[in-house]
Amino acid sequence: MKNSIKTIILGKKIPLSLDSGKQLKNFKIAYQTYGKLNKNKNNVILICHALSGDQFTAGINPFTKKPGWWSKAIGSNLPIDTNRFFVICSNILGGCLGSTGPKELNPATKKFFNMSFPVITIRDMVKAQKMLIDELGIKKLLSVIGGSAGGFQALQWAATYPENVISAIPIATSFRHSAQNIAFHEVGRQAIMSDPDWCNGNYIDKKKTPKKGLSVARMLAHITYLSEEAFQRKFGRNLQNKLSVAYGFKTDFQVESYLKHQGQTFVDRFDANSYLYITRAMDYFDLPNQKKGGLKNIYKNTPVKFCIISFTSDWVYPTKYSKEIVDSLNAVGANVSFVEIQTDKGHDAFLLDEKEFNETVRGFLSSTANIMGVN
Amino acid sequence: MNRLDFEIIRNVIAAPKDTSMIIDVPMILDVGCENGELLKFLNKKKKIDGRGLEISQKNVNICVKHGLSVVQGDADKDLIAYPSKSFDFVILSQTLQATHSPEKVLSQLVRISKYAIVSFPNFGSWLLRLKLLINGIMPQSKSLPHSWYTTPNIHLCTIKDFKKLCEKNSIKIEKSFYLNKYGKQINNPIGKIFNNFFSTSGLFVLKK
Repeated sequence: MKNSIKTIILGKKIPLSLDSGKQLKNFKIAYQTYGKLNKNKNNVILICHALSGDQFTAGINPFTKKPGWWSKAIGSNLPIDTNRFFVICSNILGGCLGSTGPKELNPATKKFFNMSFPVITIRDMVKAQKMLIDELGIKKLLSVIGGSAGGFQALQWAATYPENVISAIPIATSFRHSAQNIAFHEVGRQAIMSDPDWCNGNYIDKKKTPKKGLSVARMLAHITYLSEEAFQRKFGRNLQNKLSVAYGFKTDFQVESYLKHQGQTFVDRFDANSYLYITRAMDYFDLPNQKKGGLKNIYKNTPVKFCIISFTSDWVYPTKYSKEIVDSLNAVGANVSFVEIQTDKGHDAFLLDEKEFNETVRGFLSSTANIMGVN
Repeated sequence: MNRLDFEIIRNVIAAPKDTSMIIDVPMILDVGCENGELLKFLNKKKKIDGRGLEISQKNVNICVKHGLSVVQGDADKDLIAYPSKSFDFVILSQTLQATHSPEKVLSQLVRISKYAIVSFPNFGSWLLRLKLLINGIMPQSKSLPHSWYTTPNIHLCTIKDFKKLCEKNSIKIEKSFYLNKYGKQINNPIGKIFNNFFSTSGLFVLKK
């Protein structure tokens, strides 16, 4: 599978009205597609990526030269089978891999947006995706799939555009950010903003990068994506290239080295301001608050078929939040399936090759496609 | 696993006592639906809007794969989330005896659905009585194959016990079916009168 960077300019005639009240005109959305659109245009699957993801879900990411973040699930004969489905994934609004975000030029001022980029929400991202889908001439999505912040988007799609979504698979996700979620994000943001190289957000103009701040933010966040068991299983108290501790503060333990590596590689591929904007959008996500009567009213009479998946060791968005969504959907007689996958891999389990998880996605998609007559 | 009472359940749904209950596409919840066999069986002859609640992740996956809408959950804990009368029929087939709190489960079933179809093995059957009387150990049978120390069936009861519980909770028994060990309905009059003695299991259509 070959990847090339595709972008599209949206909001040329009608601008995107943001939740903040501001408007975005002539903004870019970068996207990738995999597989082929069939004649009836009924085999389209939209993948929504998470905080640090991008549009390169499958194949090789041309920037990192590594396999796409969901290359284990999307591809020929994989659970999201590109022989059957036409898969679209766009870089979220505010992202940093081609879509308009803080590191892009503001077409109105010809200067970098930096912190003048408007604060965006999950719903804004979804609206931008809808504009992309419209532009591509696609009326209905067979499924909208996403994990974590991608799950927020899947839930938002079903809430905002129920007539355009046949099914949704929100994975390892929640309907709102909890106090703890916000707290972890705030530490990450403070790490970035207290790095002197952040330069009040104008580091591109100053030809600097807040590498330390961003990498600490990533290290912290990465701890939350795993579980206590997974850390113990992977690293225990193993030492990094030495036989005994060095009685100092350089890297002694493997887990330290691992986290530093996670931080460093992230800095090479991610923009610090994008990290601020996207974590903020996630913190602002509060789906029940979008309508009086909460989730039940939001999904009342919904035609969307849901398959909600959680992981036992996910402590970022624990199963109880998925169950609350399931209960609300059941309360309004919506069509919902729910599975909690047993794993010690934590929140990131959805990115890994979990057999039972893959089978759930494969089964739900193929049965939905069969019902809809996708050949 | 082929459950003995599939055919009877299908007939109940196709021809309930109250003919206003004959619905084009009845909304049905199968509690403890295992791999979804009953839902698939019911859907073959008549279109249903079938949902399931199942405790095992593997079974839920099998159901989802077949296009069934099944939620991983527990009859003891999760029925409470469904709003009142949200189903036409709720089915609890051969599972009541394995719940922690049969009384609460039963009350939930008649709350969330217009009709509840409940079946369970009858511990009052003559064969079990005889086994206990003669051998003096906890009886085992085809429908109750476990040893007392491994059995998931923690709340076994007789048909008489069950009827008493329904009465206590003002649950109306609309229809009763008494089944022999082959899952066939007992039709001879003596068997019907002494149902608690002769039937291997009972199936009841309940309403509140």
